[in-house]
Amino acid sequence: MTEIPEHLRKRAEAAKAKAQGTTDAPAGDASPAGGAPAGDEKIPSHLLDRGIAAADQPGTVAGGPAPPAGSSGPDGHNQRLLTVVKSGSIQDTKATPQDKVHVWPHLLLAEFLAALAITLFSLLFSIFVNAPLLELADFNKTPNPSKAPWYFLGLQELLTMFHPMVAGVTIPGIGLFVLVMAPYIDKNPSKRPEDRKFAISLMTVHLMFWSVLVMIGSFFRGPGFNFIFPWNSGLFFEL
Amino acid sequence: MADDKKPAGQALQEQLGQLTDQVQGSQAWSSIFRPGSIFRKGYNDSPRNRSYVIMNSVLYHLHPVKVKRHAVKVSYTLCLGGLSFFLFILLTVTGIFLMFFYRPTAAQAWDDIQTLQTAVGFGLLVRNMHRWTAHLMVLTVFLHMARVFYHGAYKPPREFNWVIGVMLLQFTLLLSFTGYLLPWDQLALWAVTVGTNMMGFTPVFGEQVRFVLLGGVEIGTDTLLRWYTLHVLMLPFVVVIFMAIHFWRVRKDGGISGPL
Ligand code: HEM
Repeated sequence: MTEIPEHLRKRAEAAKAKAQGTTDAPAGDASPAGGAPAGDEKIPSHLLDRGIAAADQPGTVAGGPAPPAGSSGPDGHNQRLLTVVKSGSIQDTKATPQDKVHVWPHLLLAEFLAALAITLFSLLFSIFVNAPLLELADFNKTPNPSKAPWYFLGLQELLTMFHPMVAGVTIPGIGLFVLVMAPYIDKNPSKRPEDRKFAISLMTVHLMFWSVLVMIGSFFRGPGFNFIFPWNSGLFFEL
Repeated sequence: MADDKKPAGQALQEQLGQLTDQVQGSQAWSSIFRPGSIFRKGYNDSPRNRSYVIMNSVLYHLHPVKVKRHAVKVSYTLCLGGLSFFLFILLTVTGIFLMFFYRPTAAQAWDDIQTLQTAVGFGLLVRNMHRWTAHLMVLTVFLHMARVFYHGAYKPPREFNWVIGVMLLQFTLLLSFTGYLLPWDQLALWAVTVGTNMMGFTPVFGEQVRFVLLGGVEIGTDTLLRWYTLHVLMLPFVVVIFMAIHFWRVRKDGGISGPL
């Protein structure tokens, strides 16, 4: 028999004694199963009774023989209550049953179709539009304008307005930090749009800020990174 | 004639049936497919078999057997997370193809791409796909983040998955950016020059950051090797780990968030 930690054994003994109203529980023979949960108020009483009844039987002491067929608990059960795992402690389980559907076919089919659609889209797009391959890299020929990849053009745009430290580090740094921390900053428990007007506005402004900067950097900046209108001066944009 | 044909067809059918039974009864077959797999016992549509499709296959790593009815609504997730993941797979497949024909040195890289496009079967097509799906993935990840935000899906218990998500966004950008240099054309060189100059403004150790990124003081063949390794090995490795945590958390946090 495996060693039962001292504190658990004591607790079990005490609980068992309390449940039985006696103090004669012999050391070493304490069965944690019967007594341990007794102190907890939240366990339904019919389960408790069953557990205690089972622990009372001599046959159910760990290592002992199986109980004789006739000796069953109050409801005709002859199992012991080993432990009660409260829901919600390990996994987010719901007490009330939920309306659920099978992943196959309901979800897998949708996923398959989405994957197929995007594969077809990129295949077709790639048949008709070629990826750019300009001349060999040349350190002596700086293209005008020189642009970063599109998703960094917002940053490049900021560089035209602020000191590099501010544009390249402070602003994106703060932006990213606030983004990561969003769940810890936003303490509002509601998910309903009408309760989250401030959060939604703030995020929209944030997203718009970068989107607009990226658009300007992509389409409205020409030679010398000067402001242009693409419909007058043409596109200076490569993907 | 007609009399002859029918028994022949039947005999063939019987033989096929026997063969199927033999294959499915073999040790090899039953070692591949677990007990309960639909490839052992066949599939006819029943709730039990629907569960077995997931439960007795590797799909169980990605999906539970059942999800909330609301979770399969395309109008809720817009498939954006799933599409980001699928694009990542497409990028891996096309990227492996490109690796067969590409050497990351300043002397060879551009020529290799040129050769790939002109002399390798499907070379141009696969390169196009790799490039366009890369841009598309940046877009879908960004939109996925927006949809998660607007649904308030980052609220407890999903706070940490949002943090993982922001990491994934950054890794996605880095993957795209490291790939940008590899063709070693004017676009690559100067886009990366602009990009890494920005990183040089990091306070205190800006110079060091730039040096580590470039593998030297200037962009050169060492930078190419460094970024190639990051692009094909290290960043995908890290992204896969983060995705695994991301998907695991989606499941442990009780599936995707409920209706608004
Ligand atoms: C490589 C990038 C990413 C991949 C492949 C990915 C994949 C997924 C998938 C498949 C889901 C399941 C639901 C859905 O499809 O919408 C999901 C949910 C989620 N993702 Fe992502 N994701 C990525 C990036 C991000 C980013 C950038 C964020 C946020 C900053 C994020 C935050 C979340 C959160 C909070 C959930 C739970 C949503 C809910 O319960 O409604 N993920 N992700």
